[in-house]
Amino acid sequence: MAGMIEKMGNLDRRIIFILIALSVIIPLALGLIFPNPVGAEPSRALFDYVEALPAGSSVLLSFDYDPSTMPELQPMAMAMLQHLFRNDVKVVGMALWPMGASLGQDAMSSVGDSLGKVQYEDWCMLGYKTGGGVMIVRLGSGIQAVFPTDKDNVPWSEIPMLAAYSTLQDFDMVLSLSAGDPGIPAWIMMAGDRFGVPIGGGCTAVSAPQFYPYLGTGQLVGLLGGLKGAADYETLVREHPDAVGAEGGRAVAGMAPQSVAHLVIMLLIVMGNVAYFAEKKRKGGVK
Amino acid sequence: MRIVIPLAITFVAGMIMVLNFFVPHEPFKLLGDNLQEWYMIVASAAIFLGAMNLLHVHFRKIRLKLKNWKYSPVTIIGFLMMLVTGIIYGVVEGMPFDYLFQSAVVPMGATMFSLLAFFVASAAFRAFRASNWRATLLLTSAFIVMLGQVPIGAMIWDKIPLAKVWLMSVPNTAGQRAVMIGAAMGVVATSLRMIFGIERSYLGGTD
Repeated sequence: MAGMIEKMGNLDRRIIFILIALSVIIPLALGLIFPNPVGAEPSRALFDYVEALPAGSSVLLSFDYDPSTMPELQPMAMAMLQHLFRNDVKVVGMALWPMGASLGQDAMSSVGDSLGKVQYEDWCMLGYKTGGGVMIVRLGSGIQAVFPTDKDNVPWSEIPMLAAYSTLQDFDMVLSLSAGDPGIPAWIMMAGDRFGVPIGGGCTAVSAPQFYPYLGTGQLVGLLGGLKGAADYETLVREHPDAVGAEGGRAVAGMAPQSVAHLVIMLLIVMGNVAYFAEKKRKGGVK
Repeated sequence: MRIVIPLAITFVAGMIMVLNFFVPHEPFKLLGDNLQEWYMIVASAAIFLGAMNLLHVHFRKIRLKLKNWKYSPVTIIGFLMMLVTGIIYGVVEGMPFDYLFQSAVVPMGATMFSLLAFFVASAAFRAFRASNWRATLLLTSAFIVMLGQVPIGAMIWDKIPLAKVWLMSVPNTAGQRAVMIGAAMGVVATSLRMIFGIERSYLGGTD
């Protein structure tokens, strides 16, 4: 028994890696889908705020991430765009991260095409601009000066929908999908606190805890945290009575592997602790 | 003069931005807008400088055959492939740059971030010990958050997601606020020290 516990405590890390890989691969291969009830989470607050925007409203959607965090944030982008387009909200995209512009354009064009939305009338992607928080402040005094063309180099004056916007305050809301800095904090401090534009967003699961203070003060109207946040938003979008033809479900599909992986990690922690206390007892450390 | 001129530039630029914030009217608005545009231009130039530095570092590594130099040609070839395809064909959908981005950059980036799960699991197994009451409290909180973050938590007990939201909204928020207020005060103090020339380490010296 003591030998088995000792072995358990010295588990080779390659076995741990295999267990984690299997905990993700098997549920995906079996196509397991767990029901995803959405309680009083910040994701529901964000959904409700967006839902309350009247048709014809405008949202600035900032894709502040890159491919490394795409598995968590791209499903959020897809679900948000489905919601916004379904409610006839105009969406202007941009990015504080260089590679976010391409990822954003992909999401906007695929969701826009599936819902019959037209580029330059219902949505457009302005692209990436460096400068982070300083650039956001500059948007507050003139967007065209910062983005004279869109991502595909089409001049501002030739894009019909952009005639309605001159500064950041012309938008009803800013949504930031943020993987780090610059991201949600810059939008809150510059666009929210300085220009009074409501801010919502999504972030990776590891960075979600640092944004909870902003939820408490109302500086963030809602937050999607990690793949669970994306799955919540997908669920809320699909449960809505107007959700005819709503696509997606990548995040909901990812909840089963994540559930199993979390259980495996917890099991490993318990095993590690059992081995730790057994070893301590053996050495007479526990009285 | 080598000290005075940078200090003067820092003081003037800093004061313009402070005044622009509290008095958002002319002439501070115009001056502030101009400085913000300059910042964006300098930041763009820094990207170019970064790219040049990347090439310089890796060419030097190859030339001197430094440790792990064999990876450097891969970096340089990847960099040049993206650069050349982007310049020749543009970065629009369906072009070679986009193909490389979608087929190589995206999966490689996702792979790197996914490795985190393996290392977190391994580290948690080895280091997450209930060695005292504080560690036990942390461990219990971690279990609740991990279960509340996935649907299986609600399947086990429907109060677990509520407990997770409470943990994040109350104890976590209290701690985060303390960190944020401390950091913000530090930023204000350091900024004022730089504007008034007390903090000079950014000039390269030690005083």
